[in-house]
Amino acid sequence: MPEVMDADRMSRALTRIAHEILERNRGLDELALVGIRTRGVPIARRLARALREINGDDVPTGALDITLYRDDLMRHAVGPQPVIRRTEIPFSIDDRKILLVDDVLYTGRTIRAALDALIDFGRPRAIQLVVLVDRGHRELPIKADYVGKNLPTSLKESVQVRLLEIDGVDEVVIESAELPGSAEVNA
Amino acid sequence: MNVDTPVSEAPAAAGVQRLKSRHLLGIAGMDAAEISLILDTAEAMKEIGTRPIKKVPALRGRTVVNLFFEPSTRTRTSFEIAEKRLSADTLSIATATSSVTKGETLIDTVRNLEAMSPDMIVMRHASSGAPHLLTRIGRAAVINAGDGMHEHPTQALLDAFTIREHKRRLAGLKIAIVGDLLHSRVLRSNVLLLKTMGANVCLCGPATLMPPAVERFGVSRTSSIDEAVEGADVVMMLRIQQERMHGHFIPSLREYFALFGLTPERLRRARSDVIVMHPGPMNRGVEIDSEVADGPSSVILEQVSNGVAVRMAVLYLLAGRDSAEPLDA
Repeated sequence: MPEVMDADRMSRALTRIAHEILERNRGLDELALVGIRTRGVPIARRLARALREINGDDVPTGALDITLYRDDLMRHAVGPQPVIRRTEIPFSIDDRKILLVDDVLYTGRTIRAALDALIDFGRPRAIQLVVLVDRGHRELPIKADYVGKNLPTSLKESVQVRLLEIDGVDEVVIESAELPGSAEVNA
Repeated sequence: MNVDTPVSEAPAAAGVQRLKSRHLLGIAGMDAAEISLILDTAEAMKEIGTRPIKKVPALRGRTVVNLFFEPSTRTRTSFEIAEKRLSADTLSIATATSSVTKGETLIDTVRNLEAMSPDMIVMRHASSGAPHLLTRIGRAAVINAGDGMHEHPTQALLDAFTIREHKRRLAGLKIAIVGDLLHSRVLRSNVLLLKTMGANVCLCGPATLMPPAVERFGVSRTSSIDEAVEGADVVMMLRIQQERMHGHFIPSLREYFALFGLTPERLRRARSDVIVMHPGPMNRGVEIDSEVADGPSSVILEQVSNGVAVRMAVLYLLAGRDSAEPLDA
């Protein structure tokens, strides 16, 4: 179970992304962060903190649950239905630049669902994608704007991002998971 | 969401994540974990109603039939809105416009509907057990929207959801249920649910409208509304169901109001943060004074809007269960 990122490297990657966001958007006006549940949310909050430390401004931060937009939601008899949690976007996304945040970019299907969900909240001026890890194997034409780490993987491997807020530890590890069908169910 | 993390391992998702049955026929047989799952899911569904576009694609391509053999405005429209917000294709059939008026039997009506292969049927019927019969005729998942004097599970769930929003819990609360207890399917579903969740329930009504042997449900009973309301966290008023009363249960509506009507004076015996509920439709001046119904303690209209969120939760949780083979997820 090789560790590919520890707490230090994770924190440095997020600080670097915060600087890139500032550089690319020339300031924080009209920016907002939206984290995809579950682990995109704490990453979005950390980015908000990093941006405030650099620039002194608060960036509005929200949480998006994409379950009801998944393309595999009713395709299988998924035994238990995925648990739905609250979407909290306490600001108007109209004419804002939205930074969509997730932990791992893989097939791109989660991001496709998130784009559909976001657009039901209004018409943002632009949506940019931030991911902590890009592990490749895209199935849709989707590309991240900010990447913490590019991680070449095989389809048999599984990338686990663990965060202090949820898992009690900051790390990214690669596990070899050969559960047949699990990739489809969770893509 | 990490695409590699099975949803079932998500930390906030501890506990059960599925309903045991693929139908919702009643609260009877459900455990506390299943009830909590529906109420938690409803919390997420409620947010959808606050969006500019109040619609998610979860049930796209699913067909839901609302089959109402008894008049209903609130429940039927609530189900219809819930279905539309989940993007299901819906159609509503009311008895007045259906072949039932031409003498078709329930079984024939349902068989004909089944031939059009709906995924779910929401049913209201004047006979207790009619939805259970439906589950044996067809393949569709069945949701009981009220059967005779038996159960009305989604009403009890939306009541519990409303209580939980205000009190943050159900266990340990003192809940007074006052009114026509005998003819009420809302009562049965509510008592089963509230006892399962650990609330203390006190029933109050005239002896003629008190079902026999209610003590076996673990509830207390009284014929004094003052005693029932004393120190209550929640007062739930039930409608006097004149359409089901084929006999003399109460001397007059005016006398009923004098003895059992909820007035501002009587409500002062309850806790200061009491909430007053009513499943509707209300008989103002019979079971409840207008001043209470429209007063600051009343959550009666919240119940109606919460009904949509709770029914969305039920539709969503049952929709994923309508194929027989579970996947290894």
